[in-house]
Amino acid sequence: MVTRFLWQGMTRNLRLFVLLVLAVGILVPLSNLLLPADSAFRMPSWAVQLVGKYLCYASLALAVDLVWGFCGILTLGHAAFFALGGYCMGMYLMRQIGTRGVYGNPLLPDFMVFLNYKELPWFWHGFDSFWFAAPMIVLVPSVLALALGWFAFRSRVTGVYLSIITQAMTFALLLAFFRNDMGLGGNNGMTDFKDILGYSVQSDTTRAVLCFASALALAVFLVISAAIVGSRFGKALTAVRDAESRMRFLGYRVERYKLFVFVLSAAMAGIAGALYVPQVGIINPSEFSPGNSIEAVLWVAVGGRGTLIGPVIGAFIVNFGKTWLTGALPEVWLFALGALFIVVTLLLPKGVVGLWNQFMNRSRERRARAAA
Amino acid sequence: MLFLRSVSVLLSVLASLALAGAALAADLATLVGNLTSGGLSEREGAITALAASGDERAVPILEALGAGQLYIRNSDKLAVIGTVDGNKLALTEAVSGKPAGSADEADLERVRVNNRLRGTIEAAVGSLTLMSPNSRTRLSAADALFKRRDATALAALDQALTVEKDPRIKRAMSEARAAIVLATAESSPAQKLAAIALVRERGDRDSLGILKTVAAASDGEVKTAAAAAAESIEQSLAAWQMAQNVWYGISLGSVLLLAAIGLAITFGTMGVINMAHGEMVMLGAYTTFVVQEVIRTSAPHLFDVSLVIALPLAFLVSGAIGILIERTIIRFLYGRPLDTLLATWGLSLVLQQAVRSIFGSSNREVGAPSWMSGAFQLGQLNITYGRLWIVVFALIVFASLILLLRKTPLGLYMRAVTQNRPMASAVGIRTPRVDALTFGLGSGIAGLAGVALSQIDNVSPNLGQGYIIDSFMVVVFGGVGNLFGTLIGALTLGVVNKFLEPYAGAVLGKILVLVFIILFIQRRPRGLFALKGRSVE
Amino acid sequence: MKAPGITHARSTSALLYLSGVSVSFDGFKALNNLSLLIEPGEMRAIIGPNGAGKTTMMDVITGKTRPDSGEVVFDGRADLTKLDEANIATLGIGRKFQKPTVFENHTVRDNLLLALAGMRGWYQLLMAAPSKAENDRLEEILSIIRMGPQQHMLGARLSHGQKQWLEIGMLLAQNPKLMLVDEPVAGMTDVETETTAQVLREVNKSHSVVVVEHDMSFVRALGVKVTVLHEGSTLAEGSLDQVSADPRVVEVYLGR
Repeated sequence: MVTRFLWQGMTRNLRLFVLLVLAVGILVPLSNLLLPADSAFRMPSWAVQLVGKYLCYASLALAVDLVWGFCGILTLGHAAFFALGGYCMGMYLMRQIGTRGVYGNPLLPDFMVFLNYKELPWFWHGFDSFWFAAPMIVLVPSVLALALGWFAFRSRVTGVYLSIITQAMTFALLLAFFRNDMGLGGNNGMTDFKDILGYSVQSDTTRAVLCFASALALAVFLVISAAIVGSRFGKALTAVRDAESRMRFLGYRVERYKLFVFVLSAAMAGIAGALYVPQVGIINPSEFSPGNSIEAVLWVAVGGRGTLIGPVIGAFIVNFGKTWLTGALPEVWLFALGALFIVVTLLLPKGVVGLWNQFMNRSRERRARAAA
Repeated sequence: MLFLRSVSVLLSVLASLALAGAALAADLATLVGNLTSGGLSEREGAITALAASGDERAVPILEALGAGQLYIRNSDKLAVIGTVDGNKLALTEAVSGKPAGSADEADLERVRVNNRLRGTIEAAVGSLTLMSPNSRTRLSAADALFKRRDATALAALDQALTVEKDPRIKRAMSEARAAIVLATAESSPAQKLAAIALVRERGDRDSLGILKTVAAASDGEVKTAAAAAAESIEQSLAAWQMAQNVWYGISLGSVLLLAAIGLAITFGTMGVINMAHGEMVMLGAYTTFVVQEVIRTSAPHLFDVSLVIALPLAFLVSGAIGILIERTIIRFLYGRPLDTLLATWGLSLVLQQAVRSIFGSSNREVGAPSWMSGAFQLGQLNITYGRLWIVVFALIVFASLILLLRKTPLGLYMRAVTQNRPMASAVGIRTPRVDALTFGLGSGIAGLAGVALSQIDNVSPNLGQGYIIDSFMVVVFGGVGNLFGTLIGALTLGVVNKFLEPYAGAVLGKILVLVFIILFIQRRPRGLFALKGRSVE
Repeated sequence: MKAPGITHARSTSALLYLSGVSVSFDGFKALNNLSLLIEPGEMRAIIGPNGAGKTTMMDVITGKTRPDSGEVVFDGRADLTKLDEANIATLGIGRKFQKPTVFENHTVRDNLLLALAGMRGWYQLLMAAPSKAENDRLEEILSIIRMGPQQHMLGARLSHGQKQWLEIGMLLAQNPKLMLVDEPVAGMTDVETETTAQVLREVNKSHSVVVVEHDMSFVRALGVKVTVLHEGSTLAEGSLDQVSADPRVVEVYLGR
């Protein structure tokens, strides 16, 4: 039954795409590990890290697309779920440092010693174990999404109202996490990680595994999303997006559908964030800034909302552009980003994938006409 | 210990009384001569005598003495006041106040004082200023005495009270006297009771402190009276504190109102959420900055009217950019509110970066004209002119906007388009033009808000960012499409915020308000004053 | 002709029972002490000038608008003023909107599938596999509304009349006890109108129907009891001929 469920959304294109994602996740790190240093095909370590980062962004984009592209909920706070997953992972990684911190305290992370904490805050207990942290990575963002969604969807907060509420949520979290007495590192967040599951986070092998794990996570998310979208539930979901009140009059409990996708999507974002943190080596409150969430929305818009491949492509295109531009012409980047928002909404509402489809359709018609 | 001090205070009071009569006749030069000659022991008498002269010219001399700036010039034994000027001292004649050249410190001999004498000097200055012809000086002298409760000044106070005409100053002096009486152990219970009544009436935080000390230190009738008085002051202070919070809240609310009104128009009437609204505010603030820069360099005398000049300019700048945005971007996105949100967010990034490129990313200095600086006291309320003007300004903007919507053709068209767009265009209203003007109006008002905000916030490219969420919350809280709702919403949120702050801290307070609004929207998704009816859907 | 006071004799057998329902929007009384009684198996036509409260009445019955006062009872058991749209829909009240709202990005077949009675739980839907029974039912409905050839067309590409048909098909798929049909023939040709009347009469054999319509020839073709609404309350009730003869109805609606 589960196999049938998972298989139902897999079109041929999507199967190829999932394989492509997995291939990237395997070949990029392998080329780094196995090929000799002077080989032209060897990916440098920083590139492996970069690809791993992009793969996490792509998962976040897919999560955003699931609620926005398929259910019409424009979330401006998904980076908050990403960051919460990241913080859970960060807490685990902090506890792994042990006595190797600057202060050498076996129990308390450095910033707590610095802030004169006498004992570990209650919510830090358990995070020394990966098998406690792992479910938390999923649970913490999900519970927040459940609480917010339950309130918002039940009272039919929709459209821009919901968008602004999600933005207010991430803004409130940003303010909260900046406070030192949150016990989560305040302004500086958490960094200087040493080990994950006993392996050094700095080593090329660990990085390679993390890069592959990110690709695997993205592939799994793609399959799950495809299954949902392809099911009758997915039909109901897009119907909710297009004509919410009509669905109510047909007897659908619209809020439950929305809540399900919203929570699922938050969990996906949380996992992506957790994979992201050991690869970049830091988590701090700036991850909650509203700009991050809305940038994730842009990735989806650029790639093509309401498609499964689009957000992944969009995340890679925009972030590649960002990496390149912030290096080459830093002051131009914000202009480019701003312009991209405007251009995509005005001229490319279906994104790159939409453009591609249009192009394919046209050439197919031309061929059909030529044949006739 | 307390007893000994009281005795010494009492002695000095007696001494000053005894000397007073004799000294009155002596002229300033002699008195100053007495001051500078002789040892530390005689100096106290000389100071008291100088104080008793009631001569106001003695004040700077005594102050210089207290600050260690009174010297005897070695060459001619003239008493001079020296202030540091480079590595030399600039001199003025102590008695006449005329400049007397400059000298090295080696050529001068400092008139020495010790801590005990400093106390005497302070009291002497206090009593001298009590007799000053300048009423403001007298008042501040009385207030200073009230706070210091210097028993040596009692005689001077009594004397000043007999001649004081101004009832306000007289009152301040009696309060100071009462405070001194309460601080003096020898005062009779009857005197103390009378004093308690006076201090109680004053009713500020200092009075509370005095009464609490008295209640703790005495017993019997005085203790009960002081305790009762302290309690009544505490209650009234709590009320004043409440009033002060309300004022801060109204002040914050007026800022929110200014930022939100423009959004209320664009969102309320057009359903367009303009994420670049905050940047329109920022442009208004930068317009103010530019106006002030031009005035500083070419017409400094106009500085006090710089804000008045900036207002129409800021309205035009932001309004024009608003119209431009509407014509080039937003009109293509009508009916797609979420896309509008994204596009205007992109626009806000572009505007921020543009301002950053032109003006730099650091804060820009925008000055306050003289009529906006300073503060005044209303009862126990402390009200700064700057904040007061912003409240007034916000209300004026609000009232003008209401008038504009109710009394002008543009307002009529705008309301028509809001209520029924197809019908409005069917009766010949050019809806695209109304849309552009409406958007321009909303943006222009944001520009006006920027002029006001430049007075209280850092003028930086990020100025606007902080306001978009707040403004949106205000509009939603008050009810979309209802300007009075926006007014009430802004003031309510401002006051709630300020009441939460003392308990929760500023950041947590803000978070609580956000959570509160999120919950509120659950209860009433359409705000406090929602429009009802089928047209809403 | 019966007087508007009919509601005083409360009948537990009534399928839909409205009594003293009032709704006001900012001082404007959209419904004013409205009472209405629909018997099981009945078809009722509701006519009235613009602003008479027809759509608001539908909104109240389907839970979109809460009345300020009054009783709305369905099937003698359910107090509709306490329930929301989805609850009311699952109780068995289906509604066709005045402006056809089909799901534009879904095919005709998927539109019907979504409307099909039964599965509404999200988990059920996630795991749902196509079933023979459902397929048969869909084919049946497609043939009733004559849209078999268009079944794979997207909702957005349908003509106005086709959308109306699809809406009716979705109502059938919902298989409600009571159908509320708001202006089903607006924008239809005479032939289409006639067919629609036939379909509704057919449907009425197994469902109770309330039709709101302006088109008098259509109402006449239905040949059922008519209720005339005016300013939010019942002005007259009876056969079309009876109400047409009522001078008050002539005054406010039919004109001279």
